[in-house]
Amino acid sequence: MSDAGPIYLDYNATAPIKREVVEAVAEAMMLAGNPSSVHGFGRDVRKRIEDAREQIAALVDCAPAELVFTAGGTEANNTALRGAGRRTFIVSAIEHPAILRTAEAVAEDRVVLPVDGDGVVDMAALDEALAAHGPQALVSVMLANNETGVIQPVAEIAARAKAAGALVHCDAVQAPGRIPVSFAGLGVDMMSIAAHKFAGPKGIGALVVRSGLDIAPLVTGGGQERGLRGGTENAAGIVGFGTAAVLAQDDLARAGEIAALRDGVESRLRETEPDVVIFSEGAARLPNTSCLTMPGVQSETQVMGLDLTGVAVSAGSACSSGKVEPSHVLRALGAADAVGGCAIRVSMGWATTEDEIERFLGAWRALYAGLTNRWKAGVSAAAG
Amino acid sequence: MPVSSIDLGLGRGARVVVAMSGGVDSSVTAALLAEAGCEVVGITLQLYASGAARARPGACCAGEDIYDARRVADRLGIRHYVLDYEERFREAVIDDFADSYLRGETPIPCVRCNERVKFRDLLAVARDLGADALATGHYVRRVDGPGGPELHRGVDGARDQSYFLFATSQEQLEFLRFPLGAMPKEQVRAHAERLGLAVAAKPDSQDICFVPDGRYAGVIERLRPGAAEPGNIVDRAGRVLGRHEGIIHFTVGQRRGLGIAAPEPLYVLAVDAARREVVVGPQAALLRDRVFTGPLAWIGTDKPEPGAARAVVARLRSSHPGAPARLVRMADGTAEVTLEEPEAATAPGQACVLYDADRVLGGGWITGTGQSAALAAASRGAIAADEAAAA
Repeated sequence: MSDAGPIYLDYNATAPIKREVVEAVAEAMMLAGNPSSVHGFGRDVRKRIEDAREQIAALVDCAPAELVFTAGGTEANNTALRGAGRRTFIVSAIEHPAILRTAEAVAEDRVVLPVDGDGVVDMAALDEALAAHGPQALVSVMLANNETGVIQPVAEIAARAKAAGALVHCDAVQAPGRIPVSFAGLGVDMMSIAAHKFAGPKGIGALVVRSGLDIAPLVTGGGQERGLRGGTENAAGIVGFGTAAVLAQDDLARAGEIAALRDGVESRLRETEPDVVIFSEGAARLPNTSCLTMPGVQSETQVMGLDLTGVAVSAGSACSSGKVEPSHVLRALGAADAVGGCAIRVSMGWATTEDEIERFLGAWRALYAGLTNRWKAGVSAAAG
Repeated sequence: MPVSSIDLGLGRGARVVVAMSGGVDSSVTAALLAEAGCEVVGITLQLYASGAARARPGACCAGEDIYDARRVADRLGIRHYVLDYEERFREAVIDDFADSYLRGETPIPCVRCNERVKFRDLLAVARDLGADALATGHYVRRVDGPGGPELHRGVDGARDQSYFLFATSQEQLEFLRFPLGAMPKEQVRAHAERLGLAVAAKPDSQDICFVPDGRYAGVIERLRPGAAEPGNIVDRAGRVLGRHEGIIHFTVGQRRGLGIAAPEPLYVLAVDAARREVVVGPQAALLRDRVFTGPLAWIGTDKPEPGAARAVVARLRSSHPGAPARLVRMADGTAEVTLEEPEAATAPGQACVLYDADRVLGGGWITGTGQSAALAAASRGAIAADEAAAA
């Protein structure tokens, strides 16, 4: 297995960068100017940034002027929640910690919307929350979930929220390049995206802010990004972001192939292991994501065991120390810890091949067979 | 210093999981195994919220120790994982520690941690990862004996940790390896320096990892708010001599902090949790030559038959060098240990660990102590003489 090189199936954590992006970034890094400068050096960099802004706007269907560059998705989410002037937050239970922890930190009032067994937001609970808090509230619901890939009815949520006088933010970091994204079509006020989820550089993202919406900056400084994000622009990162946005169109065109690989994994594992649980299976999902269980085997054991054979997957939300925590997402779906605690996330992308999927299946089966044999021999407590 | 030639009885290329705390001992363990050609997988257990013990150089497994462990693994080029064991550790070790204190005992959580966390849960993970062994940086030796692997004291007497591992089972020991048991500590530090490990100069872990500054009472008060209720300090006849702020502040054998003026030094003889009483008396009244334990753990195939006596060396505290004694295993699985010479009483909750020279035979949790008829008569006489002299 390791002879053939490691297999990366953790695109929802971060997608491997594309060579064209690296080249664009390297080229941009060679430019000397500060984009705020009046001289030609400055103008040259400024042009690359504005080109990139247009490229990214085209990918997510917003006006270029609506894009505010940030240091990534988390900063974009923080800017939205902290800067919009609302202190009542209505969030789904399966949001990323960048939303949940921020809402906890700044909310005066907070409603956490439950989700159904597939992870889709409970619209009746939304209506109830809007009836109680509408005009003071900011609603934040993600477009696609990082763990199960479930896609939320964000356009419908936005329509209801707006009717009730609420502002709407959408954390869309998992969506671009995987499903078509239209900021205009969703009708939200703000939307977060991050370059590295679609093969761009890490450390660069953007908050799309609807034209006409007045928000306060999180980082104040020299007035960059229409005064919404101080600090000299990460020019190289932005150029890479733009290039990745252009190339993401190719990934969208291949979404059907990726979905077929994902569906193949699920159906083939099910054929031999009917007890495998697949989360959010009954709902619309990202084409690249599968959150599935190896019955009776702790997630962390699977992640380590697969890593030892050169297969990279993840479980739950890895915190910065790398330890695996119980998934709040799977709990919100109603999964008992005994089941949710046996789930891993397999997420694929532009460089994933059929051969890699075959080898993943082989590694998964070998790990499971090895453990089951040990259990039968009575020398393992893995299920505990 | 020459490259070590540790032989763990495992083939070259064997996969060995090393429990890496971020300290010098487990770091050297991982490094020596990697050097010996093993496929080393480092695992660090996050045992409690790092905030509780942040910036404590003497404790293991806080946030920065995870960082240190990772940096050692990076340097060695080995795989390294962090497992979140906070919940298990709280259930298996910390809760037990608090409850034990509230019963008036003086517990040793390190034994529980080895027994229930490292050698049970982590060992199971190591097996599941297809490892051939789990190695730790404990200063003990695993010696192949006629009845299977035996647990022996580490050669560095000052570092020996065998007391804390008495509850290890034979099955666990089969899978365990302790490469440092045959080395003095200086050699381990020398290896750390030779291998360029940044942790070479790190202080040794001292007291209990989740108890900052050794202030047990503070931890118990946080874990069990309101449990520290005041009560009486009494003498052996039940006469009230003073008040105390909670039994958790007292341990058997303690002399200081009683706040009672007396003609002779007073020692804590017993802690009665039910009555919230601390019983005090003269030093002679502390002497004990009988120790009763809970179920007797035994490492090996030569566990004594019920009723049969066996000569042993018994250690009653981790700091106790050991005393000759006679072990009798009771029909109900508990044990009674009779010391040849009396010792100052040991608090319930400590372990009585039994040795045959360097070999750890097993042991049990001390449930009570007593005096033989001869000792009782002698100490009555000594106390009477003390009291006469004091008067």
